[in-house]
Amino acid sequence: MEVDSVLTQTTQPKVYTSKDFESDQDVRWCPGCGDYAVLNAVKKVLPQTGKRKEDIVFISGIGCSSRFPYYVDTYGMHSIHGRAFAIATGLKITRPELDVWIITGDGDSMSIGGNHLIHLCRRNPNVNVLLFNNEIYGLTKGQHSPTSEKGLLTKSSPLGVIDNPFNPPALTLGAGASFVARTIDRFSAHLHDTILEASKFNGTSFVEIYQNCNIFNDGVFESFTDKEAKDDNIIILEQGKQLIFGKEKDKAIVLKGHSPEIVSLSEVNETNEWLHDPQDFVKATLLAQFTYMQGFPRPFGVFYSKQRPTYDELFESKGWDADESEIDKVIAGKFTWKVD
Amino acid sequence: MQRKTTDEMTLKEKELSSVVIKFVGDSGDGMQVSGNLFTSTSALAGNDIATFPDFPAEIRAPIGTVAGVSGFQIRFGSEEIYSPGDSCDVLIAMNAAALKSNLDTLKTNGIIIANTLGFDSKNLRLAGYSSDADPLGEVQAKGYKLVNVDLSKVAKETLADKGISTKEMERGKNMVALGLVCWMYQRPLDKVFALTEMRFGKKGDWAEWNKALIQAGWNFGETLELFNERYVVKPAPLQSGTYRGIAGNEALALGLIAAGHKSGLKLFLGAYPITPASDVLHELAKYKKLGVDSFMAEDEIAAICAAIGASYGGNLGVTVSSGPGIALKTEAMGLAISLEIPLVICNVQRGGPSTGLPTKTEQADLFQAMFGRNGEAPMIVIAPGSPRECFEMAFEAAKLSLEHVTPVMLLSDGYIANGAEPWKFPRMEELPKINPNLAKSVSGYKPYERDENFVRQWAVPGMSGMQHRIGGLEKENITGNVSYDPDNHQLMVDLRRKKVEKIVDFIPELKIVNGDEKGKLLVLGWGSTLGAITTAITDAHKAGIQVSQAHLRYLNPFPRNLEMVLNSFENILVPELNSGQLAFILKSNFNANIIQLNKVKGKPFLAREILEKITEINHGS
Ligand code: SF4
Repeated sequence: MEVDSVLTQTTQPKVYTSKDFESDQDVRWCPGCGDYAVLNAVKKVLPQTGKRKEDIVFISGIGCSSRFPYYVDTYGMHSIHGRAFAIATGLKITRPELDVWIITGDGDSMSIGGNHLIHLCRRNPNVNVLLFNNEIYGLTKGQHSPTSEKGLLTKSSPLGVIDNPFNPPALTLGAGASFVARTIDRFSAHLHDTILEASKFNGTSFVEIYQNCNIFNDGVFESFTDKEAKDDNIIILEQGKQLIFGKEKDKAIVLKGHSPEIVSLSEVNETNEWLHDPQDFVKATLLAQFTYMQGFPRPFGVFYSKQRPTYDELFESKGWDADESEIDKVIAGKFTWKVD
Repeated sequence: MQRKTTDEMTLKEKELSSVVIKFVGDSGDGMQVSGNLFTSTSALAGNDIATFPDFPAEIRAPIGTVAGVSGFQIRFGSEEIYSPGDSCDVLIAMNAAALKSNLDTLKTNGIIIANTLGFDSKNLRLAGYSSDADPLGEVQAKGYKLVNVDLSKVAKETLADKGISTKEMERGKNMVALGLVCWMYQRPLDKVFALTEMRFGKKGDWAEWNKALIQAGWNFGETLELFNERYVVKPAPLQSGTYRGIAGNEALALGLIAAGHKSGLKLFLGAYPITPASDVLHELAKYKKLGVDSFMAEDEIAAICAAIGASYGGNLGVTVSSGPGIALKTEAMGLAISLEIPLVICNVQRGGPSTGLPTKTEQADLFQAMFGRNGEAPMIVIAPGSPRECFEMAFEAAKLSLEHVTPVMLLSDGYIANGAEPWKFPRMEELPKINPNLAKSVSGYKPYERDENFVRQWAVPGMSGMQHRIGGLEKENITGNVSYDPDNHQLMVDLRRKKVEKIVDFIPELKIVNGDEKGKLLVLGWGSTLGAITTAITDAHKAGIQVSQAHLRYLNPFPRNLEMVLNSFENILVPELNSGQLAFILKSNFNANIIQLNKVKGKPFLAREILEKITEINHGS
């Protein structure tokens, strides 16, 4: 086949550095935008994936973050609003050997592309989704988004947002995602490690990245990054470890019956102890609920990671497995007759 | 009833060149099965054929009501047949609702074979007749020939000892009707049996039982003095060769398969169920083992986007839908036009606007295909004229798309999608090779560098050294980098237009298929009106009217010689199942005397309607 014959000219896996993934395009995000941190993290992760750059594809929708593909020297498509999930699905299932990344924002994935996102999660093709969540529409200059908090004053909500925000990890878990994580632009190591782990996961890996839009929603995630406040407001999820947080590392989250509860570390015992297990779906859904639970710290890390057959494996695109005589039979169908 | 032996009867035998019959009944009455078996039998008898199924709009409308009537019309003849026929010679009506909703399709003096039980007081009520109505008496009074047969009773008698319920026995009435009609038209009984075995072979005893039912229907015709004539329809002068029956949607799917295989690329269909296009999805889904990829998406938008993703990956991406679905795909079509990647979009048109008439036919999406996108977004548009042409044109759509690296829209419609005709199908070796314009050299690849036909080289992920980024933002000429430069935008708009215009060098010229090369009147059609127009032209010629015929299969761009053809005639009659969309485009592009003939009733043209218009113009000039 033609594509194959051209593809066989390709080189063997190479050792890259992050510099190898720099494209010739100037990066056009606002100075100080959280997007830069994600771009740098991805460029550091790519050399570790073992993929040739011609086998990597970034597909994005529309929004500030969706400019991303222009800035990495791989294949890339800056598509249309909300549809990157569907385009990536068509690409991945027909070319499963490719490493496919989807770049999206909160408007792109939670509003206009919401339907495609949930169907991506339930199908589970082996792609990586990076959701740049800045809780605002940046590119269109500051309207409220489906993740904006209630009451937020924006150009499109001068009296305050009245819509309940989406909770991306809960939404994607509910849709059947097999890998769900959250990280934030300001924790560069955590950002890097989370994206790396997502890239290694075989299946749809969904990473929500809190990304500061310093122009239209500056400081919205400050309580998670502020030196003084953050330890009381965040909890870093680590496999097999207890859910401990607080400046003095003296608070823990335990399970009381079906309900999470904050206790002091000394109150943790064998019966209520909660050790983080990313394979546990029920606990993952509870962690996702912390997002909007009063007084609970915001979890960062891998909520859920459990492999199941991927859509590209199940779809089994194999190309023509028939010669012309077999196609002739199909064209002739079951019933033919002769006219002399 | 009194029985007589055959030799006592004085049966006349009459030769006919073409006959139209229609099986009508409740959607559960098996009308499609009888119709299909009769069709195949007539094919084996050497007739030319055209068929059209008439499905109820509701899936399971209440039994016995007009809303639940399902029909199957077949025209067979010893002459060439171009359409399923304007009106019927014989109506086989299983119940009152079926008769009520189809009586207007029966010729004056036509024959009605009425299933007695279907006209009892309950069925009359269900069909919406008043309690004192006598529709069968009325049709007789109107001069139709009524043949009242208790088909259910014959079925029950035939299957009496089979140990099945009365209800099940009565289900055999469609086969009794089939047997009776086979007797009337002297269809070869051995062939009917062979076909019945083929069809029911796997379903336990039903193959044998159905044969018995057909035989019973045949015997019924033979032994009762129901008819005073029997008919002969001789074989048609068809080209020698091997034939099959084909409906448009199936042909479309097969054309895509053939094209995919010829191109060496994977065929990927992204689709979402929609009437009347779903059969293309069903058809392609059957061939996963051969290597056909079909993907049922979450919605119409995802369906085209997945196809775009597949095309982006170097495959033949296809999406199939109908008007409302195409509307949803609009933005993504624009993306494909902007990216300049191959993509085949098939619109099996139906009545609109909005949800419109899902099961009825219309050609009103031509404007949508030509202009229905934001910005300057030209796209190749082609349209098959008949069920079998769906194969050729689907192949052509894929070929143009892959070789010119650009999206192509194919316009079919519900009429040819479901209509069927005999097809002298090609062998793969007779079909041309398709050469996708995949990028070949690695040095200095520029995604929007073009050849002399304005076609860019198509580099796909996996090709080393050719990594590039493309998108829906305007691209700089040659490099494909984002550009907001005013002159560049003008240039790119012009280049995308020229690329589509250039297709004119790769498509056939418009031919006059019937009549003189110039004269007073040309009938110019497009799409599914081909059959009705051809019938009308043939009839006009028989009546001594000078008129010529040409049919457009390429709508954007038009064939190079279209203007010359238009200029060769004083008047151009353009029949369309819309309010004049092609006529509008022709008027705005050419200086010709365009006369419109339009109809939007969800039904195809009758040949008679076109003939009347031809006659009127002929008289007027
Ligand atoms: S508007 Fe906000 S999100 Fe967009 S580039 Fe600027 S800072 Fe970043």
